[in-house]
Amino acid sequence: MSKRVGVLALQGDFEAHERAIARSGAEPVQVRTAAELASVDGLIIPGGESTTMLKLIDYMKLWEPLSTFAHQKPVFGTCAGAILLANEVLSPSQPSFGVIDLTVERNAYGRQVDSRVVELEPIAEFGERVGEGPLEAVFIRAPIIRRAGPGVKVLAQYDGDPVLVEQGHHLVATFHPELTQDSRVHQLFLSKL
Amino acid sequence: MILNVLNDPNFKVKLGLAEMMKGGVIMDVINAEQAKIAQNAGACAVMALERVPSDIRKEGGVARMSPVRIIREIQAAVTIPVMAKARIGHFTEARVLEALKVDFIDESEVLTPADDEHHINKGDFTVPFVCGARNLGEALRRIAEGAAMIRTKGEAGSGNIIEAVRHIRTIVKEMRHLTILGEEELVHEAKILGAPLDLVQWVAKHGKLPVPNFSAGGIATPADAALVMQLGAEAVFVGSGIFKSNDPEARAKAIVKAATYYKDPAMLLEASEELGIGMPGLDLSKLPESELMASRGW
Repeated sequence: MSKRVGVLALQGDFEAHERAIARSGAEPVQVRTAAELASVDGLIIPGGESTTMLKLIDYMKLWEPLSTFAHQKPVFGTCAGAILLANEVLSPSQPSFGVIDLTVERNAYGRQVDSRVVELEPIAEFGERVGEGPLEAVFIRAPIIRRAGPGVKVLAQYDGDPVLVEQGHHLVATFHPELTQDSRVHQLFLSKL
Repeated sequence: MILNVLNDPNFKVKLGLAEMMKGGVIMDVINAEQAKIAQNAGACAVMALERVPSDIRKEGGVARMSPVRIIREIQAAVTIPVMAKARIGHFTEARVLEALKVDFIDESEVLTPADDEHHINKGDFTVPFVCGARNLGEALRRIAEGAAMIRTKGEAGSGNIIEAVRHIRTIVKEMRHLTILGEEELVHEAKILGAPLDLVQWVAKHGKLPVPNFSAGGIATPADAALVMQLGAEAVFVGSGIFKSNDPEARAKAIVKAATYYKDPAMLLEASEELGIGMPGLDLSKLPESELMASRGW
């Protein structure tokens, strides 16, 4: 039976993640309630506005169920998702689930005119696990990882900053692999389920 | 040639920000205080304006790009993306907004048009653009010019949802129609739509627009937002509907909830529970043609 991968569908590019999950051979499930969350094997927190997601999490009393899930099960966050999973968030400081030992600064490249598409060279181990070759990375008003703790493995860097990292069953990208046709980052996440 | 535009890295970055706004609410604000209220309620972006559309309608005269000072004040007040409007065809207003580093430009019929034949050549800019449309032909012409997001025009500042409903239904119906046509029929259809053939072919193949399709113009309640989303819109713009109501904070929150839980009637009820009556609305059938904003744009 294929794995059921939840995509937090409060706001943002959750449909792009659903397509990437389907391409990688698993079943995507939109998650907007605690009941939907309880039915999945892992969760993706997509890109979007982290403040909007935090408000909806608060309105819908989803903080406890999401936090419990994030501490126990595989979770993958991109951009806003990375911000919600980090230990510490800067500019401004805001609540986060704190399941991966990162300090993340929001909108750290600047505004939309500073958004960009670049090519990353992931570390050799990334290639061994999901396939070699450069990785196209779309950064949209992206955060920067200012500190990665000793338990965090950096899988790819851009401009000297970590942009794709993992710690145990948690995976974080400050860019948007879901906006490209390359499914390797999603495959890497599925290998954690 | 147009499809090359869709594959251009610069266009991918523009589309990316539009993707990030899906399922969200973009709110019109006229100062830093309103911008903070919008962000605190959960807006995924704000539109920085000097006057909301219902006041532009009331006061008449020429409506232009907002003063730089107001936009800067709003940019300083929030962390979410800040959009601003340029007049149709006014590419130098757009260059000023780009230099100001607004995150998205709305080439908008709410402002007085600057050109009665041409829109801005949006592919030339680094900043992404959203444009209004009443039908598929209009939407595809705007995409051909480089728009990274389409929204229904609706009838701004009216508090009346009928035009937004007409526009989203028209666009969805016209897209559905293309999916059942043969290749030779698409050439004829492109001629009728007044849209480039390769974009018509793209829509026929995928059954949707190549850019996010949002709704605007007349949304005043959580149920209005849910209605246009159920009809196919992927996010909503709320102009006068929030800050011209008697309960802006509660209404902003309620519409944010409705944009996420648009398929869930129990949630829509809960979101609507504490709201009073919305902004005053206009019966559009009683308005002279010259006062309609939706007919601006070509």
